[in-house]
Amino acid sequence: MVMDLIVGLIPLAPLSGFLLIALLNKQLRHWLVALIACSAVLVSFVLTVVLFFAMGEDLPSFNYTAFEWITAGNFSVSYSLLADPLSVLMMLIITGVGFLIHVYSAGYMHGDDGFNRFFAYLNLFIFFMLLLVMGSNYLLMFVGWEGVGLCSYLLIGFWFKNTEYNNAAKKAFIMNRIGDVGLILGVIMIFIQFGSLSYPDVFQQASEMTAGSTVLTTITILLFIGAIGKSAQIPLYTWLPDAMAGPTPVSALIHAATMVTAGVYMVARNNILYSLSPFTLDLIVIIGVATALLAATIAVAQNDIKKVLAYSTVSQLGLMFLALGLGAYTSGIFHMTTHAFFKALLFLGAGSVIHGMSGEQDIRNMGGLRKYLPITFITFLIGTLAISGLPPFAGFFSKDEILANAFAGNKIAWGLAFLASLLTAFYMFRLFFLTFSGSVRANETVKHHIHESPSTMTVPLVVLAFLSVTGGFIGIPAVFGGGHALNEFLSPVFAGSAQLQEPHHLSHTAELMLMGVVVGVTLIVIWLAHNLYVKRKRLPAPDGVSLGTFHRLIYNKYYVDETYDRAIVRPMNFTSKAVDAVVERLLIDRIVNSTGRVVTWGGRTLRHLQTGNTGFYIFAMVVSIIVLLMVKTFV
Amino acid sequence: MNDSVSQAIQGVPLNYYIWLSTALFVIGVLGVLYRRNAIIIFMCIELMLNAVNLLMVAFSAYHGDGAGQVFVFFIMAVAAAEVAVGLAILIVIHYNTRSTDINVLNKLKW
Repeated sequence: MVMDLIVGLIPLAPLSGFLLIALLNKQLRHWLVALIACSAVLVSFVLTVVLFFAMGEDLPSFNYTAFEWITAGNFSVSYSLLADPLSVLMMLIITGVGFLIHVYSAGYMHGDDGFNRFFAYLNLFIFFMLLLVMGSNYLLMFVGWEGVGLCSYLLIGFWFKNTEYNNAAKKAFIMNRIGDVGLILGVIMIFIQFGSLSYPDVFQQASEMTAGSTVLTTITILLFIGAIGKSAQIPLYTWLPDAMAGPTPVSALIHAATMVTAGVYMVARNNILYSLSPFTLDLIVIIGVATALLAATIAVAQNDIKKVLAYSTVSQLGLMFLALGLGAYTSGIFHMTTHAFFKALLFLGAGSVIHGMSGEQDIRNMGGLRKYLPITFITFLIGTLAISGLPPFAGFFSKDEILANAFAGNKIAWGLAFLASLLTAFYMFRLFFLTFSGSVRANETVKHHIHESPSTMTVPLVVLAFLSVTGGFIGIPAVFGGGHALNEFLSPVFAGSAQLQEPHHLSHTAELMLMGVVVGVTLIVIWLAHNLYVKRKRLPAPDGVSLGTFHRLIYNKYYVDETYDRAIVRPMNFTSKAVDAVVERLLIDRIVNSTGRVVTWGGRTLRHLQTGNTGFYIFAMVVSIIVLLMVKTFV
Repeated sequence: MNDSVSQAIQGVPLNYYIWLSTALFVIGVLGVLYRRNAIIIFMCIELMLNAVNLLMVAFSAYHGDGAGQVFVFFIMAVAAAEVAVGLAILIVIHYNTRSTDINVLNKLKW
């Protein structure tokens, strides 16, 4: 009973926060709105922590059905919330990191006209994200999935007076819709195949099916298309870098820590289906590795501090999918968790830098901020070390686990993922050095204003930095004598698929050597970046300078946006115009217009009957009555 | 009493009633068609209504069925209401046009 209440209240708290702020938008003062929004998420977080400790070994998962949502014939869907290790972990990340980002936003958005609207959207986002991970059937997950997409759209286009930002929002929305078509088709196929949309029913029935069957492969590919859209993988990743148009806390919360990992969650949730579809797993490996590498190379040549981080997110998501594709679901979720910490930290750090630099985002105009923003400097350094995968920071454990799995499972994938991880270290330190070391390159007015952010912004940074250092300790590998607490915690969720796949085992010496090589080469790469950007004080070329062929290619993001524009957008516009000219104007418009013309003509003819002569009307009436009577009598 | 009225009505052959009613009705119709004075037209309408009433009472008596007479009371009540409304309209028309000639009312046309 108490558990029912806790589980039911977790998503309701941010929803009521949203309703309160949205309905009383104009009446509430800014500090009150910030208080409401933050405490709504804090309530969820505290309840989630209580839930986490309440769920011991005696209660591995808990299902709370509030009411029947849809009942039609043999189709029934209930509003039921699931609390099992996987969803509780997600909820901890969403509400925990979400709370920190809410607090940070109170400082970052200070003085913005849309302050109240911003917090209403943020709370709504938290609600939908919780619904996504807590829903215990596919339809409820889909509601959350679409809801977070909506919030993402609203928040990317938050400053809606800027046309470019609006276009970015629309791009994100449309790209996500493409993926969502796959997802909903997958859900429909699941219903046709299994006759139910509830997770336990589907997983129970699926585990009895033969591996590699066409139906399962189709379902998993369709669901994965949804994940491609939401989690920004090739070929639908181009919306994420553009999504940086939104306020920086949004980038941290939605486009780094939580929403974009929904695809990872969804695949992990359906681990049984995926483990039974080897073909889909291979596809996920290919797409994951390709995305990781492609995005990492693009990030090397970007000059916008947020764009670099955005491509880095795409790349890290690729690594997570690589882990999922190898059947190492725990590793994928592990990396997702640590990534939520250090990438949120990096984005918030970037936000602090942008805040201090009066809105400047180009790293060519930064430099030397170490003196001015000491707290941001330290925390950003921790985040950079964590994402580069140096021990003992969080990223080391999770990334190393993925690389170890890749080494055991697929050597080519390992090589490419290793390369991507080296590139990550390089571009992150390039970003770090260009921003914080050297001399200040900003102009005098900006330089005069540089200031450390207020404590509402620095405290979340410090907390996230702490998590980025310690977050990896939940998954200490056996080599270091760790029990891998996360593995233990999540094992009930992945028990079904664990039976299907024998895990890849590396000998401890091989694993240690692998770690040594990875860390060693990463250190060399960092030294290289230091050499280039600190010692030789190299700066990225200013706009307009001609670049080398490959440099130009990655600077322009492989011209993917341009290719899409040529291959899809323009043909689509052309077709629309053609259809408009032929079907719309020649067919539909003609039919509509002729109908109107016939009626007009009829009216114009018949109006001559209206003479205005009362005697005539009476005569017509009498004659008509006589005619009617005659007809009635004789016919 | 009821019987004596009924017998008195039946004292006249039914055909006579039909002829009389038809004559009254046709006079009414012709009056409506030919006259231009709104008050006369109104009176002719009343004439038609009462022609029907007469016929109904006659049939009612011959058939020994009271329903016809009940209908007559309805028609009389409705006709009274109609007269009230109609005369009010006529007064307004006269007030505005200083005439009761219906051919003056020819403004409502295309």
